[in-house]
Amino acid sequence: MAEKVRISVTVNGVQHTSEVEPRQLLVHYLRETLGLTGTHIGCDTSQCGACVVHVDGQAVKSCTVFAVQVDGSSLTTIEGLAKDGHYHPVQEGFWEKHGLQCGFCTPGMIMAAVDLLKKNPNPSEGEIRHALEGNLCRCTGYQNIVLAIQYAAAKLRGEPVTGAVADD
Amino acid sequence: MSSVVEPQTTPKWIGKAVKRLEDGKFISGKGSYLDDLALEGTLHVALVRSLYAHARIVGIDTREALEVPGVLAVYTSADLPELYAPGSGGRDAKVVQHPVLARDYVRYTGQPVAAVVATSRAAAQDALQMVYVDYEALDAVPDPLQAVQDGTLVHPELGTNHALKRRTSAGDVAEAFAKAHRVVGARMVQQRVAPTPMEPRGVLAAWDGIRESLTIWSSTQMPHDLRSAVAEALGLAENQVRAVTPDVGGAFGAKINVYPEEILAAHLARTLARPVKWVESRSESFVATVHGRAQVAELEMAFDAEGKILGLRGRVVADLGAYILETTLGNAPGTILMLQGPYEIPAIDLELIAVYTHATPTGAYRGAGRPEATYYLERLMDMAARELKLDPAEIRLRNLIKGPFPYKTLTGAKYDSGAYPETLRKLLELTDYPALRAEQARARAEGRLLGIGLTTYVEITGYGWDTGGVRINPDGSAVIFTGTSPHGQGAGTGFAQIVAERLGIPLERISIVQGDTLAVPYGMGTAGSRTLSVGGSAILNAAEKVRAKVVRIAAHLLEAAPEDIVLTEGGWGVQGTDRAVSLEQIAQAAYNPRKLPSDLEPGLEGQATFNLKEANYPFGAHLALVEVERETGEVRVLRYVALDDVGVVVNPLLVEGQQQGGVAQGLGQALYEGISYDEIGYNRSTSFLEYNLPRADQVVRVEAHRGNTRSPTNPLGAKGIGEAGAIGATPTIVNAVMDALGVKHLDMPLTPEKVWRALRQGQG
Repeated sequence: MAEKVRISVTVNGVQHTSEVEPRQLLVHYLRETLGLTGTHIGCDTSQCGACVVHVDGQAVKSCTVFAVQVDGSSLTTIEGLAKDGHYHPVQEGFWEKHGLQCGFCTPGMIMAAVDLLKKNPNPSEGEIRHALEGNLCRCTGYQNIVLAIQYAAAKLRGEPVTGAVADD
Repeated sequence: MSSVVEPQTTPKWIGKAVKRLEDGKFISGKGSYLDDLALEGTLHVALVRSLYAHARIVGIDTREALEVPGVLAVYTSADLPELYAPGSGGRDAKVVQHPVLARDYVRYTGQPVAAVVATSRAAAQDALQMVYVDYEALDAVPDPLQAVQDGTLVHPELGTNHALKRRTSAGDVAEAFAKAHRVVGARMVQQRVAPTPMEPRGVLAAWDGIRESLTIWSSTQMPHDLRSAVAEALGLAENQVRAVTPDVGGAFGAKINVYPEEILAAHLARTLARPVKWVESRSESFVATVHGRAQVAELEMAFDAEGKILGLRGRVVADLGAYILETTLGNAPGTILMLQGPYEIPAIDLELIAVYTHATPTGAYRGAGRPEATYYLERLMDMAARELKLDPAEIRLRNLIKGPFPYKTLTGAKYDSGAYPETLRKLLELTDYPALRAEQARARAEGRLLGIGLTTYVEITGYGWDTGGVRINPDGSAVIFTGTSPHGQGAGTGFAQIVAERLGIPLERISIVQGDTLAVPYGMGTAGSRTLSVGGSAILNAAEKVRAKVVRIAAHLLEAAPEDIVLTEGGWGVQGTDRAVSLEQIAQAAYNPRKLPSDLEPGLEGQATFNLKEANYPFGAHLALVEVERETGEVRVLRYVALDDVGVVVNPLLVEGQQQGGVAQGLGQALYEGISYDEIGYNRSTSFLEYNLPRADQVVRVEAHRGNTRSPTNPLGAKGIGEAGAIGATPTIVNAVMDALGVKHLDMPLTPEKVWRALRQGQG
């Protein structure tokens, strides 16, 4: 077993210094060492996107990155997205638009969507669907996830938004 | 309160699109799924799995693995007592026991052979590669039609691969086919698919040596069933086992079964007196969690000159895989039960053969029998429309059951309520069907391949009984206890709406307790779209019990007759007066014997059981518009319209979520998904690289509509919505693609390559 390596990272505004095995994946570091279990593992081939976090402002799949690679970086996970007790508009959109069922893909979806809206504040439906190619959901059929992201985009642009989906 | 008390007459909560109570923790990363649970001193299990579909285990060398730092033990079947995973089966089924670790032989790729126990997951994984299993490869039969021949046997001691054979006959089928104007038929394959909840399975077990009891946390749909199975396997009483279901990341039927890994973890926790955890990886999930569907049907249907069905006959071969788990034997009889569908069919003769194969066990997956039956029927109806030169809508309208209800089918189903032709007509109206056909004709004239697909279906939901409890606390807040175990459906919100409706408690003051056998009354979990019609009815009945007591206390506090007490916007009041008390006042009185009538016991809670004596039968009609790209064979779904009638809807937001998600799963099976075994039984689909789960840009928004034909089977009038989407979508999309291609039949999944080849061959 290789020698452990010291890394220093800021996660959700809190600095951590840890000794990690060089082979440890970032997702395992977050979940097992830091106890941030909101970041999920849904596959072992980097395809499901349940593990998406932000590293220095960029969305990455934390199962494709070693913990040693983020030494010196600043990370945001789903646990750090809400600010001052207020949900991020993307989180709010997922709740308002029934964008989740079992909730397992949700943290990765939300983190991917926040990244998308940073790069493209006014995405079309097609652009949203394309941007979610790396995030799998088995429950929702994605439709309400698209609505949730549209809700968040409108809110971030300062436009009026409407809540829960239509009655019968 | 100054205004005059009037009773609340229109529903305030039932039928409203209320946001889910469950969501706050999930959008914050505070959900607690199985792998999020951590107990001090937990040992981790990793499993050596068979690389062969069929082999004799000559020897297992664990010495090198035991030297890996952190590894405590490596178990093979020789180190275990006789431990089996539970199965099922009636008297007419041939069932073998299913050892938790393979004994002498392996019978499918992925079967657990040895278990490494280590202090970390990484150490257990490292050691897996150092367990050397010496196999003698044997001939395998991964294919069900080959298995039917009984050449190579999966379980030689049975003398046959045929685990279950049944024949269902009624009416004069020979005569029906003799006098038929046209007969249509085909061999249709329902390919193996992987249910694929985003959270794979997992289990954590801990033994309490002082209390001599075991707690098992599992990503399961049925905590009480798990408790019984674990108690039986370990020789414990049920009061020595507590089963707890944390948040579950989807299941779709696959997490009903109690699997070998759960029994093994429970045994190891007790033996080692340490917490033991096993979490399935995705690649393991593709070989170790049940697959769904897996049938081949050879069916034919006889029609008269007017397009009326005269008879249906043929056989369904069901692929069970190598062992029988709890749900393995359910799909095939369920298929036969629903093979009359929503149609008048005067004569049937159906043979069912369920066979063992050298493959992963199959089991319940969203629909479990109904998607298969609906697919076969709807494909046959389209073949008949083509042969008889009738519009697919017209041939259905000529054959749909008009009632009266309840309606008994020749296959043994009893449809509780329905409006089948009306529903199809409404769908045709909603979609402006003639205009769609005109659009298709224009597109064809331009050389574009547009196709329209229709499905009319009836399915079966709800079974068994369940328990619900409602407790109002002294401050007027409430807790609901349920024996069901929802895992993503949001049923807790629906339960809260029912309780809010009957007791006038704000939703935000209601919480739900589920999934812990020490905390909730006995129940049958969540499966078969039973949760609302069975579990919700139990909760409704419990709420009525509490309501009766609330009324008594209110009457006592207001010095009025109970008959005059009504629920109002502001609390509980005396009708026609300005006198009322709040629920908080009533609750406080309930916990203070001095404020109660002398014949009332203190406390404010009720529990009730609801036994669903007969199943309910949702129905609907779906339409898809697709376009096939001539150059690539790619199918694009342009439009999807679903009209599903599940009786009384408690929360349309939740129902629509099920419609959207269900259709996406059916679409996945129609176009993309399939587990593939090679000829020697090696599973070639063990990651999302080989197994294409639909992505966001591959699905379409479902235009979701709902009917409201009340079910007489339960006090809510509700039926289940969990599975309708997956039932309707596969035939609807396949019918649309066949319509676009002008081809009689192609088996799913309709991959670009398959469609492109069909176009090139001009097959038809």
